[in-house]
Amino acid sequence: MVSFILPPAPTTDVKTTYGQEDLIKRSASNISPPARQLTPVAKLIDVSKCIGCKACEVACLEWNDMRTPVGVNTGVYDNPHDLTPDMFTTMRFTEWVNPESKNLEWLIRKDGCMHCADPGCLKACPAPGAIVQYSNGIVDFDHDKCIGCGYCVKGCPFNIPRISQVDNKAYKCTLCSDRVAVGQGPACAKACPTQAIVFGTKDEMKKHAEGRIKDLQSRGFKNAGLYDPPGVGGTHVMYVLHHNDQPQIYANLPNNPRISPVVELWKGATKYAGLAAMAAFAAIGVIHHLVTGPNKVSEEEERKAEELAGKGKTS
Amino acid sequence: MTNSWTDIKNTDLVIIMGGNAAEAHPCGFKWVTEAKANRGAKLIVVDPRFTRSAAVADFYAPIRQGTDIAFLLGVINYCVQNDKVQWEYTRNFTNASYIVKEGFDYNDGLFTGYDEARRDYNRSTWDYELGEDGFVKSDIDHPRSVWNLLKKHVSAYTPEMVERICGTPKDKFLKVAQMISECSTPTKTMTSMYALGWTQHSKGSQNIRAMAMLQLILGNIGVRGGGMNALRGHSNIQGLTDIGLMSNLIPGYLNIPTEKETTFDQYMSTRGFKPMRPNQMSYWQNYKKFFVSFLKSMWSDAATPENNFAFDYLPKLDVPAYDVLRVFELMHEGKMNGYFCQGFNPLLSFPNRKKLTTALSKLKFLVVMDPLQTETARFWENHGEFNDVNSGSIQTEVIELPTTCFAEDEGSLTNSGRWLQWHWAGGSPPGENKHDTWIMAQIYLRLKKLYQQEGGAFAEPILKLDWRYKDPGVPSPHELAKELNGSVLADVPDPNDPTKMLLQKGKQVVSFAALRDDGTTACACWIYSGCYNEAGNNMARRDNSDPADLGTFGKWSWSWPVNRRILYNRASADLNGKPWDPTRKLLEWNGTTWTGDDVPDIGPTMKPTEVGPFIMNPEGSARLFTRGMLRDGPFPAHYEPFEAPIANVMAPKIRGNPVARVFKGDMEQFGEAKDFPYAATSYRLTEHFHFWTKHSQRNAAMQPEFFVEISEQLAAEKNVKSGGWVRVWSKRGSVKAKAVVTKRIQPLTCDGKTVHIVGIPLHWGFIGETKKGFGPNSLTPYVGDANIETPEYKAFLVDIESIPGPVA
Repeated sequence: MVSFILPPAPTTDVKTTYGQEDLIKRSASNISPPARQLTPVAKLIDVSKCIGCKACEVACLEWNDMRTPVGVNTGVYDNPHDLTPDMFTTMRFTEWVNPESKNLEWLIRKDGCMHCADPGCLKACPAPGAIVQYSNGIVDFDHDKCIGCGYCVKGCPFNIPRISQVDNKAYKCTLCSDRVAVGQGPACAKACPTQAIVFGTKDEMKKHAEGRIKDLQSRGFKNAGLYDPPGVGGTHVMYVLHHNDQPQIYANLPNNPRISPVVELWKGATKYAGLAAMAAFAAIGVIHHLVTGPNKVSEEEERKAEELAGKGKTS
Repeated sequence: MTNSWTDIKNTDLVIIMGGNAAEAHPCGFKWVTEAKANRGAKLIVVDPRFTRSAAVADFYAPIRQGTDIAFLLGVINYCVQNDKVQWEYTRNFTNASYIVKEGFDYNDGLFTGYDEARRDYNRSTWDYELGEDGFVKSDIDHPRSVWNLLKKHVSAYTPEMVERICGTPKDKFLKVAQMISECSTPTKTMTSMYALGWTQHSKGSQNIRAMAMLQLILGNIGVRGGGMNALRGHSNIQGLTDIGLMSNLIPGYLNIPTEKETTFDQYMSTRGFKPMRPNQMSYWQNYKKFFVSFLKSMWSDAATPENNFAFDYLPKLDVPAYDVLRVFELMHEGKMNGYFCQGFNPLLSFPNRKKLTTALSKLKFLVVMDPLQTETARFWENHGEFNDVNSGSIQTEVIELPTTCFAEDEGSLTNSGRWLQWHWAGGSPPGENKHDTWIMAQIYLRLKKLYQQEGGAFAEPILKLDWRYKDPGVPSPHELAKELNGSVLADVPDPNDPTKMLLQKGKQVVSFAALRDDGTTACACWIYSGCYNEAGNNMARRDNSDPADLGTFGKWSWSWPVNRRILYNRASADLNGKPWDPTRKLLEWNGTTWTGDDVPDIGPTMKPTEVGPFIMNPEGSARLFTRGMLRDGPFPAHYEPFEAPIANVMAPKIRGNPVARVFKGDMEQFGEAKDFPYAATSYRLTEHFHFWTKHSQRNAAMQPEFFVEISEQLAAEKNVKSGGWVRVWSKRGSVKAKAVVTKRIQPLTCDGKTVHIVGIPLHWGFIGETKKGFGPNSLTPYVGDANIETPEYKAFLVDIESIPGPVA
């Protein structure tokens, strides 16, 4: 028996209510620092305790009143197969043979928005106020202001936001900002039967993770650790990983996520150009030609974005 | 469960074998994660597949389905060989030292007394030797002591033999055996979590026996963090068996008389249960009190001492039981006209679907009571290849009576840990849906009226049934629960002080201890007595205090019997009544009485040195040797499934379980390994609950389509691509499915032969939100466990081929 007893997983909710006055970042806008600093919150996902039951997925659908289509089996347990505008979280199953022990490990990672302290989506977003960050760390989308350009997708180092074909707006996990704002934890954490998902202040979560890591190390996972990547300033969704030295084995969790340099450049450009909206939109033309990659924004979305930017030309 | 869900947090080692708790019981599994996170407990998973339970296990060992007994007897052998036995417990609390009758033996896979023609044993030698005092003789060193016979019996199950039969690599088996054997100390406990992975075999009862024996020699029964914990697959399936919804039982595990037991006295004569050792409680001595109180509950004033409390009103069984296999066999033979199907989807639940469809088609009428549309109710409807029937040729009249879901009902659900938890209706039923109790009451009242008006053969049991409910058309959950608890029908004076009343007419009895065999008490289910007494509805209690912080929660709901949370809890203390492990104290003898956190499973003032902990057994001890109580042997022995990829290496001539019942025509329906080379198994997935959740869009999206799972090696051999289509067939049927090719299933080597495993989950049908699909029961054989007839669903043979997908 191990000599330490872990504190029970925090179940207390973060009680502070908050609103627009607590924003610390607003896409394509300059805002004055808020009068108060909320306690940073975090969701901790302990991959080593996850049994892949998908209760979190269903809870997410229930709380957000969404339905995701009944798909097909493609030879894996991942259903739905990917994040969609109607599915903010999905379990990614990886069969990994540990080269040291030769034993199979079935790594089950709940994928979804990481709520980066330095959010690439927000930096890339050209629509004022479409993406905001509260001082508790939650990164949220304001769909009324979203122009559907897809730049958040390119700005995200974790490949999270998805553009809806229905309303042409970007969607992702909100960390249940509506629940947290009234003192409740996220729906996924509430539904998790094994407390693999817990929610609280970021400090509490880090402390809880320490105990979990110690337990995993006692079971032979010498590289167990907390995934809170500094490249994006840390995240408000963190993982406990048995193999924190190789996050990529968990369905390509980035080893060292960073915001694309292109997006950083774009962010710089806005600064120099001042914050006049027109200047900001002019810059889209520049980065539009620079940004390419697997998460290609659809022609339709590009066209709309450029219409809004007043360019009126197609690529 | 002997213990409770919450108690699992107290364990040092969890073994999941014959089940898949993380997937099938995710909410209960939280207590495993508690034990792991807070006690540093270890988790072992032994399964043919690397399941989601295995994903969070400390150690996983593969095993071929249907060979668990060989594995477990191998572990017992390991413990015996390495002296990893909790000796004080084994000597004092089990029948290890009892002497078995001369003549008992085991050779070539058979115990003494086998009659091949009858597929049954003469079990007369499977018993103890009695002394002149009438008690069982005891001497552990005697060559025929249970211990010495057990030692000899398990000695064949060496690690090499286990590897040969089970396909479990020797080093992995030894690692598991070593981890388990560490729990033989008084301060380390293991919990066994099992489910249908053990019951759905032709030797299901013996699978469980084997683990129970192991737990006994490790001293893990009756202690915190230990026990034999059957994970029930439905929120109230424990309640179903408790209430006796089996054809051969009446509530509280009493028996329906057989046709040979034509009189009350004859029935009672074999239920005396006199102690077999000095001073023992032998609690079943009270059988008559429970039985008479049950009869009083059924027929009240019509049950009198003169008519033996209406014993004649009870039906008498002409066969051991009308289990589901026998029922469908009779239907198939055309011997059954009507079938009431209440909360059941047999067309997908019972084996050999083709046979089921033929059987249902021979009925005159089928009544389906269910809150959801079931395939059974639509068995006559053509759904292309998913239900390819000729509707015009089926004359069965189907009547659907829509019922309510659990969330629309008030009442109690009995969980795996025997907790009766009251719940309240969360909503009103939609449309014309009615509570099951309303439907049953209406049918009863109409039947009664018909008998009153038209008369009929033997009408008394129906006409005189006690039906004094406030609204006879809708007995309320409270009225029914109070009946289960039992009440006093006539004042009973205190024999010591006639001015006082021992029992007062009209009051609820406090517990089954107050029940009497003279007709002065009524009780519908003796083990539930105490659930709703004069203190009120104890099942509705919601006090979650836990003074010892050890997961007892004694004031939360109510558990049977008498709110006892851990069965056999007297065994948590040594012979002198001191807890084996003071940090997990459950009970302690203070010199005059038993004290502790749980309701003692022994008379509160019974001396620990005199009275044994297993009070239900006339021996007072637990049985390593189970006498003639199971049909297939006093010890478990390895038998192959009826369809196995290899012959029984210990007794090559024996197919399956030698005493399992096989109906005429079904033996011919068993496939051979040369024609069906792959070992199939069936199971549930966490995304779905049986056939219910395929009606829920969100569940359907989580696991949308029927699939089978095979290893990368078999896929390569058969040219199957992951996500591609396959056809899987047995001698009884064929299904089409998507293929999941996975590292989680590995070929095993058994008796020198490579055995490929095909995994077939069960959740799809032709109704609901999911894609249409098949179930494993199109393929499975029509045979059940030798003792209780649970169908052999977990081990059968198939063949597989890659096929082109449907044209889009």
